[in-house]
Amino acid sequence: MGPVNVGVSEISQSSPCVVEARDIYKIYGSGATEVRALDGVSLNIRAGEFVAIMGPSGSGKSTCMNILGCLDVPSSGEYRFRGVEVGGLNRDELALLRRNFMGFVFQSFNLLPRTSALSNVELPLIYEGVRPAQRHELAMQALTTVGLADRAHATSAQLSGGQQQRVAIARALVTEPPLLLADEPTGNLDTAMAGEIMKELVSIREQRGITILMVTHEPDIARYADRVLFFTDGKLVRDGTPSEVIP
Amino acid sequence: MRALDTLGMSVQAIARNKLRSFLTTLGIIIGVASVVAMVHLGQSATRSVTEQIASIGSNLLFVMPGTAQRGPGGLRTSAENFELGDVEAIRNEVAGILVAPALTTSATVVIGNANDTIPVIGTTNDYFAVRNHYLDYGREFEDSEQSAGAAVCIIGKTLIEEMFLGQEPLGANIRVGRTACRVIGVLVEKGESMGQDRDKIILMPVKAVQRRLVGELDVSAIYVSALVDGTTGLVQAQIESLLRQRRNPAAGGADDFYVRDTQDIAQTLESTTNTLTVLLGAIAAVSLLVGGIGIMNIMLVSVTERTREIGIRLAIGARARDVLTQFLVESIALSTLGGIIGLIVGVGGTWLVTWQLDMPFVVSPAVMAVGFTFSVAIGVIFGYFPARKAAMLNPIDALRHE
Ligand SMILES: Nc1ncnc2c1ncn2[C@@H]1O[C@H](COP(=O)(O)OP(=O)(O)O)[C@@H](O)[C@H]1O
Ligand SMILES: [Mg+2]
Repeated sequence: MGPVNVGVSEISQSSPCVVEARDIYKIYGSGATEVRALDGVSLNIRAGEFVAIMGPSGSGKSTCMNILGCLDVPSSGEYRFRGVEVGGLNRDELALLRRNFMGFVFQSFNLLPRTSALSNVELPLIYEGVRPAQRHELAMQALTTVGLADRAHATSAQLSGGQQQRVAIARALVTEPPLLLADEPTGNLDTAMAGEIMKELVSIREQRGITILMVTHEPDIARYADRVLFFTDGKLVRDGTPSEVIP
Repeated sequence: MRALDTLGMSVQAIARNKLRSFLTTLGIIIGVASVVAMVHLGQSATRSVTEQIASIGSNLLFVMPGTAQRGPGGLRTSAENFELGDVEAIRNEVAGILVAPALTTSATVVIGNANDTIPVIGTTNDYFAVRNHYLDYGREFEDSEQSAGAAVCIIGKTLIEEMFLGQEPLGANIRVGRTACRVIGVLVEKGESMGQDRDKIILMPVKAVQRRLVGELDVSAIYVSALVDGTTGLVQAQIESLLRQRRNPAAGGADDFYVRDTQDIAQTLESTTNTLTVLLGAIAAVSLLVGGIGIMNIMLVSVTERTREIGIRLAIGARARDVLTQFLVESIALSTLGGIIGLIVGVGGTWLVTWQLDMPFVVSPAVMAVGFTFSVAIGVIFGYFPARKAAMLNPIDALRHE
């Protein structure tokens, strides 16, 4: 399984910044038990980039991604998403930001239990207030994109890990968000399935020009990205193309 | 988010855990059912009392010796009985009435091989009209029998069923106490009233009871019936002033007799059943409250159990208020469902009990509406706290929850 080179050249330096983070700190606890999950991180991500975050366990990868995905708030620092200062938004505004501009894929799939694949994919549309008929259609389209149209009525228990992750990707993409955030999307999958999921992400990116931010600790997976950020102890220590960053 | 989708989500969540949902609503079902049944049964009891009082005879006054305080369990003190002269005086002085004396006792009655203790009333032919209890067949007392205190009697239907065993009662000789007594008439059937068999009765001329059974020449009660509706108050006042003169109690002392009309008795009984209804209703309301706490408990467990689900929903764009409404609608749906089942069970139970006890079946829309409203309100009140807890979850903490 080798790296797939996707039109990196198309992303020029003049593409607008989707993510602009300055001096982000996330500190848990205080005093002797203080943990600096993020210790002054600054980074920019341009529209259309496929960025992988790497680093050892506990280096703050997930924390960074949750903050950029507006699931969590930093202890201090400035975060602009598409030019909007996120720090000034309330809970509901953050929810709307996630609803309209972000899609999430998690290591543990996080599908609703005892719920069909179709209903899982429809869920974001329900919160958008889309009518049932249109909702079904959009969800079926998304499932078709990930090659699971024939499993639309299966519940998560009836799907393999790879299939569940495809459903999760369909759910993340059904609202057509400009940014996809994936925290170790292949972490629970075997190598073959991991490869399939990565090809899926790459092809979706080619079709839609979506920005992808992905956490992984596997070099083989990170090589699918066109830029790798390497974290150590809550600090961003290296930033470059996969071949530059990955030894 | 569309309202219908919120409802759909809640219904799905309820349907996913059918047994638990049922057990959760059980408290509400029992609460609403018992409130509805208790209040309906109370109303039914009141209605049945009213109907029975009407069957005793309206415009009826009981004149009794002694003093009595109003209300159930009121203190009674005995006083001397009336004389037949008092009855005559009332008949002559008060206009627009029928009056009958009553000397009530009970005697061992032997008919063939059967014997039983039966209430015996010594009275006159006016009894039939005054007490609204007429002869079915046979004849009334003759004047000569009345003045001589002849050993003749008129009997209720129960005696025929239980003691005559199909024999012809008219003309038969029965033993009442130590007197052999000839049956001359049979009363129409009245049925049971307030736990008393009104057909288990023997009427004899008042003088016969005085001389042959009691051995006293007095009368233990006087029954008066006003012939014109709405005159019982006036009649009562006239009787009171007349008897006050005749009985001449100690100066300044209280009357040593009292007059009760059926209206009074109805009111006393009604207030008793109303008190009981309120009491039972209150107990039932407590069980409704317990049902509400049950809902809150299960909703709290459910929120904890579904923390991860809440995290997923928040991550894909549910706002706090979306999560709040989802859980609130869920608890309201549960309690409303319980309320509806409770209404059905309550009305069904009421019907069963009234049918078994031969009481009138009453269904009050107001009671149903109150029961339903309460069940919905309980869903709102006891669902709010768990729903708020769910809505206030931090997305990332919720997602990490195991
Ligand atoms: N809720 C929390 N409370 C306390 N410490 C936390 C919490 N979340 C993360 N951490 C700590 O922050 C550090 C970074 O965590 P994380 O971002 O999950 O690491 P990674 O994803 O790179 O493995 C770790 O040391 C972790 O223990
Ligand atoms: Mg992690």
